[in-house]
Amino acid sequence: MPPTTDPDPKLAEYAHPEKLVTTGWLADHLDDPGLVVVESDEDILLYETGHIPGAVKVDWHTELNDPITRDYVSSERFAELMRSKGIGRDTTVIFYGDKSNWWAAYALWVFSLFGHPDVRLVDGGRAKWEAEGRPMTTDAPSRVASDYPVVERDDAGIRAFRDDVLAHLGQPLVDVRSPDEYSGKLLHMPNYPQEGALRGGHIPGAKSVPWARAANEDGSFKSRAELDALYRGEAGLGQDDNVVVYCRIGERSSHTWFALTHLLGYENVRNYDGSWTEWGNAVRMPIEREADAG
Amino acid sequence: MTADGLPPPLAEIVADFAAAPPRDRLEMLLEFAQSLPPLPAHLADHPERLEPVPECQSPLFVTTEIEDGVVHIYADAPAEAPTTRGFAGIFHAGLDGQPPEAILAVPDDITARLALAEVVSPLRLRGAAALLGRMQRQVRDRLAAEASTPT
Repeated sequence: MPPTTDPDPKLAEYAHPEKLVTTGWLADHLDDPGLVVVESDEDILLYETGHIPGAVKVDWHTELNDPITRDYVSSERFAELMRSKGIGRDTTVIFYGDKSNWWAAYALWVFSLFGHPDVRLVDGGRAKWEAEGRPMTTDAPSRVASDYPVVERDDAGIRAFRDDVLAHLGQPLVDVRSPDEYSGKLLHMPNYPQEGALRGGHIPGAKSVPWARAANEDGSFKSRAELDALYRGEAGLGQDDNVVVYCRIGERSSHTWFALTHLLGYENVRNYDGSWTEWGNAVRMPIEREADAG
Repeated sequence: MTADGLPPPLAEIVADFAAAPPRDRLEMLLEFAQSLPPLPAHLADHPERLEPVPECQSPLFVTTEIEDGVVHIYADAPAEAPTTRGFAGIFHAGLDGQPPEAILAVPDDITARLALAEVVSPLRLRGAAALLGRMQRQVRDRLAAEASTPT
């Protein structure tokens, strides 16, 4: 029997409550059969310092990206990765990570490209679990290699490429970077390494809604009502709109993609993972620089 | 200094990483993260004396002091940033106590020589290179300041 949905009242308000679990629910269900917890962090060593008991690690850089081409791994490689982690196609995969779940949401989004059926996020991620004093261990999980089918990756539904974005201009775009990156003042996140964009600014018509506005102090998602006020109200996204979200390399926008798709129930949201590191470097891309566009 | 321009302790670390199977290299980096000593009191009480290294993905602060002809390296990064701490730990273990010239002679491709790119990803290594660059600049500035101060 697959793990149940967390009945938490806050989650029940969301469009797809089955896509999120609370730390408390996870603590009670760690031993459920058919469930694998995946930690995905920005810091590649954080998992080794201690992780949720039984959790396996999936690294976005070294395991989800193709080592040569700027793309995600092939279907064969993804299947191999899943087998090595002991994840089957019918496994419930529950992601958590550092930085308010940026990378956990990113990993969840990549799993979604391969159509993995049951993927969920831990509301609040690693920081909330730790802050609540819940168990952490450095013991390596003992997982038996699984069988995972080679499933064709389907980029069409939730991933946008540069040409898709060019064709999309005039329709809703959400830029989730910091205000200074959006305005063109900075070419990268404050206090982050320069990830090489030659031009600053944003995609014409994009609304600025920094990803963090969807999160509380403790890293958990804002309530349904708050998210509605932010995206439907302030950003003016209509339920049937076709929306593209982007950031710098697609990780922060995965967080927003998750909020729009799974928490608010938007059905046509694509993440442009080329994001600013592609747009800000490609020749003749239209760029807007004033701070208050859109 | 060894033939490849590295002070012996750093050369040994480079050799250890190169000899280790990829799976073990992360574990080694974690050990360096854990072995980074806490800041001494005169710096712990005055964080403004440390220079931020914004190129690192997580907050990292570093300062160098030259005393009796050798350089001391002091660095601090939060426990939840073990990779960043690990890089600082490597430089501390490999360079602390070396003469200024030896530190300035460390080639800037040192991070590539650490055989970490395939397990850590090149992007994460940029911060380590920036850390070295900032330490070297500090040492150069301190030497210049000493040279211009009458004794």
